[in-house]
Order: sequence, then C-alpha cells, then structure tokens
Amino acid sequence: MSTQKNQKSSWRNILKQRWDTLMNNRWILPVLLGIGFLLSFLIPRFNLLNPYVQLIMMYVGINIIMTTSLNLINGYMGEFSVGHAGFMAVGAYAAALLTMYVWPAHLVSWLFPVTVIVGGIAAALAGMIVAIPSFRTRGDYLAIVTLAFNMIVKSVIENIEAIGGPRGIPGIDKLTTMPWVFFWTILALWVMRNFMYSNYGRGVLSIREDEIASDLMSVNTRQVKVLVFLVSSFFAGIGGALFGHLLQFISPRVFDIIKSTDFLIMVYLGGIGSIAGSVLGATIYTVLLELLRPLQVWRFVLMPLMLVFLMLYRPRGIMGLRELRWFIPGYELLATRRVRKDKEVADAAPSS
Amino acid sequence: MTYFLQQSLNALQLGSIYALIALGYTMVYGILRMINFAHGDLFMVGAFFCFIIATFGKLTFVPTLLLSMFGVGLLGVTIERLAYKPLRKAPRVSAVITALGVGIFLENLTLVFFPYPQHVPSLLPNITWTIGGVTISSLQVIIILLSVGLMLLLDYIVRRTMVGMAMRAISWDKVIVPLMGVPVNLVISITFFIGTSLGAAAGVMYSQAFPVVDPYMGILIGWKAFISAVVGGIGNVRGAMIGGFILGAVEIMVAAFLPSTYRDFVAFTLLLVLLIFRPYGILGKPQPQKV
Repeated sequence: MSTQKNQKSSWRNILKQRWDTLMNNRWILPVLLGIGFLLSFLIPRFNLLNPYVQLIMMYVGINIIMTTSLNLINGYMGEFSVGHAGFMAVGAYAAALLTMYVWPAHLVSWLFPVTVIVGGIAAALAGMIVAIPSFRTRGDYLAIVTLAFNMIVKSVIENIEAIGGPRGIPGIDKLTTMPWVFFWTILALWVMRNFMYSNYGRGVLSIREDEIASDLMSVNTRQVKVLVFLVSSFFAGIGGALFGHLLQFISPRVFDIIKSTDFLIMVYLGGIGSIAGSVLGATIYTVLLELLRPLQVWRFVLMPLMLVFLMLYRPRGIMGLRELRWFIPGYELLATRRVRKDKEVADAAPSS
Repeated sequence: MTYFLQQSLNALQLGSIYALIALGYTMVYGILRMINFAHGDLFMVGAFFCFIIATFGKLTFVPTLLLSMFGVGLLGVTIERLAYKPLRKAPRVSAVITALGVGIFLENLTLVFFPYPQHVPSLLPNITWTIGGVTISSLQVIIILLSVGLMLLLDYIVRRTMVGMAMRAISWDKVIVPLMGVPVNLVISITFFIGTSLGAAAGVMYSQAFPVVDPYMGILIGWKAFISAVVGGIGNVRGAMIGGFILGAVEIMVAAFLPSTYRDFVAFTLLLVLLIFRPYGILGKPQPQKV
C-alpha cells in the first residue's frame, strides 16, 4: 500500500521535475515568443484562422495591455482608478489625428510605430495631470479624481469640433495588424514586469502596504506615484492607439465609464497585483463574452453573475497576488516562494 | 434675474434628486466602508417599478411611490444579504467589484424585459403658476418638498432614534458595538433598506420629471450622485445633501449660462479644484493616518 503510494508520488515528482527543468530553461521563453511572433505573421498571411477569430485575438492583445497597465495602479499601488478609458481615449485620438492629418499619406504605415508611441506619450502627459492630485488624496477620493478625468476627457473631445466632436473620427486606416499587436503586448508586459521588479516597483508595493511607513523608510512616494501613473497611462495610450487603428472609428462615446468598468472587471477577475492574472483576466473575459454570443442579451446577465460568484468564492480573483513563473525574473523565484509561505499579504485594499 | 430664479428652481429639483441618491451611497459607506456601485442601478429599478406600477397597476402617485420604495428596499436588503455579507471580511475591493457586477446584472436583466426606452405615465398634476415672470410647476414643487421632507425624516432617524444611534455606533466601531448588544446585521439591513428606498424615491420622482426610463439611465446619474456624496464628504449624511444640491446647481447653471455641451466639463473641473483644496469633501473630516 505504502509502496504504491510512494511510487505514485515519485512518479509525479519526476514528472514535475522534468516540467520544472523544462520551464526554467532559459531558452524556453525566447523560443516560445519566437514561435508566437512567427505565428502572428503566418495566421493572417495564409488565413489559418477565420477573420473573426483573428479580430478577437487582436482585441485580446489590446485588452491585455490595458488590463496590465490598470493593474499597475489598482493592483500594485493599491489605488482605485476608475477612469482608465480616459487615457485610452487620449492615446487613440492623438494617434488617429497623426495618421489622418499629419503624416503624408504614403508614409502612414511606415510611421505607425511612431504614431503609437506618440499616442502613448500623449496619454502619459495626461497621466501626469492625474498623478498630481494623488499626492494629497487617496482611496475613494482619488477614485473620484480619475472618474472626473475620464468624464472631462470625454467632454473636451465632444466640444472640439475640429476633431469631430461627438461624431468622432471615422475611416482611420486599418494599420493594426496581428504582428504589431503581438509585439506591443509582449513589449508592454516585459516593460511592466521589469518595472515592478525594479527598485521603483518595490517602492510601489510599499506604498500599497503603507504609504506613511514607506515614506519614513525614505521611499520617494511622490516620484513613485508619478512614475506609476506615467507608465500605466503610457501603455493605456498605446492600447488606445492600437484600438483606434483596429476599429477604424473612434468617438467619445466609445471611451466612457462603461469601458473603464470593463477593464476594472478584467483586472479583478484575473487578480490584483499579478501580471499573469491580468493576462488571464483579459483573455477570459474577452473570449467568454464572444463565446456566449449565442445567448444574445442574456450573456450580459450571465457575465456579471459569474463575476459575483467568482468574487464570493475567490475574493482575490483568479491569480490574486500570485504570479506565473515567467513573469518573475528568475533569481527571485525561490525567495518569493519562501516568503509567501510565511506571510500572505493580509489586505491589498486601497486604505485600511 | 427671472431667468436666474427660474434656473435656481430647476437646480433645486435636480439637486434634490442627486441628494436623495447620494444619501444611499453615503449611508452604506458610513456603515460598511464600502461603495455600493449598484446603487445607481437600484435608482433605475425604482424608476422602472414606478413605470410598471403606474402602467399596469394604474395606481395613483402615493401608493406607487410607497410600493416602489418598499420593493426596491427589499431588493437592496436581498442584495446585501446574498452578495455583500459574505464579503465583509474579504478585501474591500472585492466587495466593490461585486457591487459593480450586481449593478451590471440589474441593468441587463432590465434590458432583457424592456429593450426599448419606456414612457412613464404622468401621475402628478402639472399645474403651472407664473409668479413675477418665474414659471413654477406643481411637479417641481412636489418633488422638492417631498425630497426635502424625506431628507429631514432621515436626518431625524439618524440623529434622534435608537436605530440611528446604532448606525452611528457601528460606523464608529464594528468590533466593540456588537458586544454591547447591538444587532449588527439587522442594523446593516435597515441601513440598506432606508438607503435603497431613498434611491427608489429619487427614481420615481425622476421618472415623473423626465418621463422616459431606460435600463442604462442609472449609470451616469449614479456616478454623479456618488460624486456629490464625495464632494460633501462621504459617510456624512448632511454632507451628501449639500453635495447633491451643489452638483445640481453647478450643472444647471453651467447649462444655463454657457453652451450646454460644456456642462460636464465645467462641473467636473470644479469638482477637481474642490478636491485639491478640500481633499476630504466639504463636511468630511480628514482621517489621521497611522503607521
């Protein structure tokens, strides 16, 4: 009896060890990324999947960028930003205007990376503005600031006739292709992962746990907050730029509170403070909404119910504060594992 | 001048509706430290109750109002019991996300039954008087008086009765108060009942003032009421009333004297400026942070 059990467990151990060595191999990630990048070229080229599925895949990529960048503020820094669609709007409009009016028509597709980056920078500048009130207010009051920001952006766009006003900008060139989405998604994940595991990232986590204590421990909280808002809104702007060039039509109504709520749900579905969680959350939410399409209106009834049940039985979301090993720089792996055994972070709420 | 007075009357009407909804946010926040984002949608459900009762039940205004308040109040208590109570010990954010989910659920469930905007029959007499150039309709007067009456009643309940004392005690300390024999769950349920039924009353009055209801009407109004609750200092009952009237006044006055498309822009910019100078709202007290 006992030998059988031992055998079984040793069998499992060997398998687990093999799996671990394979996954910890330093080449596995570049190889997988290379395959993915190649696939992102091949799929649209030879129509391996039908165009609808391809479109959904691109939306998944954009949503991953948006969710991860929102997780930076909401999950890692422990604030409650509810206006992420506002940053997205700034990025989308900046990029769309560049493509439509500034760049010479024959260079548009070559200048697309520049366009996207400019969209990101525009959104990052907007993020700076939101970061300033965050020095003094926290929690629900900062939530209001971000909410107001979202509504102000929407209202400003509606009032500028030169950029279409409430009618929006139709007929943007479709420049967002699958390789680009793949590239930007991976880049965003990579940059944000490295940011979180840098010294600044440690500062961000300490702000979540206790702002005053981290201030006393000589964390420059203002600098860290500005940085987080910068990085987060930069990638939100990039997401917006890609989104605009994929949908080919943007209007202020696209970027309202409902859109922001969608991203919030993705973040908390996947789990706060976890990049892998954001990837999962964005993917599951987007794909599930598409899969449930036959239910028509009922899918929007079913979806929030599922969210409520998830929160009831797993209040931290799917990954909540845990991380897939690829999103942890290698040498940290053992340390985090050891620490987590001793201490689960008690509460990642905005204010205690 | 008459124009200004006329607009002030409109501002009072809109402000009293905002204030009634904001009270629901602030009461729940005061007692549970949780933002009930489903509250705006409970307001919408109140308006739909009014529509259903008035259209199919053919009742007059007072029974419609009472039935809607009672029905939505019960709905609020049910939601609290089923969705929020298990999460009282969980991270605060999960409860907030649950509330968001409940709100979307209510919206879309209503959408399944009423896919198109519905017209609410008028239940109140609409007589207009003109006094010194200002047109006053009986509808406006009833809405303003009724909501002020409800607010005074609520203020009385919170400050002068045993239930109100229990509410204030629980918001003060949730660990010691149960030991003193206060039935915490009952008091929280009562708070939810009162808060959501006030939201329903606002919904009924809103559907009388602007007689078209649609399932998504609660989103924007709910967020705006939340903003007024924060402007007044969230958790503070009198602050929510003041905040509601301020937001109503700002919105109406901006629309009256500037192009109406600037309304949201000016209103929210003012809000940001206010939050920079008074980060805890008008009547809110800054909470000392400790390490």
